[in-house]
Amino acid sequence: MAAAEPILEVNDLSVTMGAQRILEHVSFAVERGEILTILGPNGAGKTILLRALLGVLPHEGRIRWAKGVRIGYVPQRLPYIKDVPMSVEEFFALKKPKTSRASTREMLAAVGLADELRSKRVGDLSSGQFQRVLIAWGLVGDPDVLLFDEPTTGIDVGGEETVYKLLARLHHERALTMLIVTHDLAVVYELSTNVLCLNKSSVCYGPPLTVLTPESLRRLYGAEVKYYRHDDGHGRNHESG
Amino acid sequence: MTAQLLTSLAAGVFIAGAAGYMGSLMLSRRMALAADPLSHLTLPGIALAMIHGFDVSLGAFPFVVLGILLIWVLELRTKLPMEALTAIVFSSSVAIAFLFLPVDQAEAALVGDISRTGPRDTIASVVASVLIVLAVWRSYSKLVLVNVSEDLAVSEGISVRRSNLVFLFLVGVIVSLGVKIVGGLLTAALVAIPAAVAKNIAKNMRQYAFGSLAVGALSAAVALYHLTGLPAGPLIILVNTVLFLASLIIAAKR
Repeated sequence: MAAAEPILEVNDLSVTMGAQRILEHVSFAVERGEILTILGPNGAGKTILLRALLGVLPHEGRIRWAKGVRIGYVPQRLPYIKDVPMSVEEFFALKKPKTSRASTREMLAAVGLADELRSKRVGDLSSGQFQRVLIAWGLVGDPDVLLFDEPTTGIDVGGEETVYKLLARLHHERALTMLIVTHDLAVVYELSTNVLCLNKSSVCYGPPLTVLTPESLRRLYGAEVKYYRHDDGHGRNHESG
Repeated sequence: MTAQLLTSLAAGVFIAGAAGYMGSLMLSRRMALAADPLSHLTLPGIALAMIHGFDVSLGAFPFVVLGILLIWVLELRTKLPMEALTAIVFSSSVAIAFLFLPVDQAEAALVGDISRTGPRDTIASVVASVLIVLAVWRSYSKLVLVNVSEDLAVSEGISVRRSNLVFLFLVGVIVSLGVKIVGGLLTAALVAIPAAVAKNIAKNMRQYAFGSLAVGALSAAVALYHLTGLPAGPLIILVNTVLFLASLIIAAKR
């Protein structure tokens, strides 16, 4: 048998919103069972990349998912969800097809949440609980791939399993392929098969131990080299960071 | 209870209930006030219906649809901000209505008049209200998910564009029905207040959605039960307001 085709192939992806170029010529591939972390500073286009992969945004270039692949998506936050009084169970029932009570129970247990939470209002959850509910929601329907956008809040209280430990466990238990957006280097080293360093364009891509060099990190975060050479065909220098 | 009171009561209760139910979706989308300019827009249609003696909702509906389309086209073509467009389209519409609306019917057009609804109009209103409640009920969870997050909706295979179209159509129908009982001025309140009341009290979405429906229907029933000679439309809204104040107190006591 030939080598299995990648579950996701992205070639020369660019996204423009209004007059602004958010992503530029990004290419990478994800194999089945792989964890790809997407690392980059705030405003680097990480969330935009996930949304483009979901098919929500118009883009140039090619995004090719393997046939029949099921995608679960865990957004960073849902600011509008508090506008509707909704129990956790009702939130799960919004899925298509509607999540059964048994499967809601199962998923809540899978992410380490108590069953009593089902009847609680989503707006009354702590940010850590809410993060887990979102992960559980993404897992319903047994997806092949989970797209996870790092929460800015949702810090775990000491003693509990961290969200990233949880993701590592789910990866093993469910043979999930994962794309994880983060700006935490520890997460990158601990979890990922490959890392994509993103700052509008791809700064580095490959196994973290190989590609994460001081030089690539400087280019990614632009801290020490405030002005770096960026060839856009006009020979100008661009400010970064 | 006279036959007239009964027909008015039926039309009012059903329309207000449907408007409350639909309002629960509009409020969670922060769109409840969109009913306001849209209902102003229906005034020429209401005026035409009054002059020629046909059902007010029938006169109103084409104007709502026209308004929604007009705004879309203007926005695409002119790139003016939505606010400016809304102001231009809707105020022109009010101005046009008052060019030919007979003065003695102005009150009915602005705040509604359900006290003389005939049996045929009533049956039509009741049927339309039931249909809209069924339509909203069927797509409720889909529309809520789009409100909560378009990204999640897309990841569930929901077409956001189609849901938005369905939603706008439902808004158009409910506004057309609403102007019959509370006129071109008060329709936003008819959709917004019941949902606001239910939101204060509800523990979950089911209570919220059906609570909105119940509050809408109840306020119309209370207001219409005695045809006091006071205009029914404003009375319905005031009953709603009282219920809202009560819900604030209940919410505060929790």
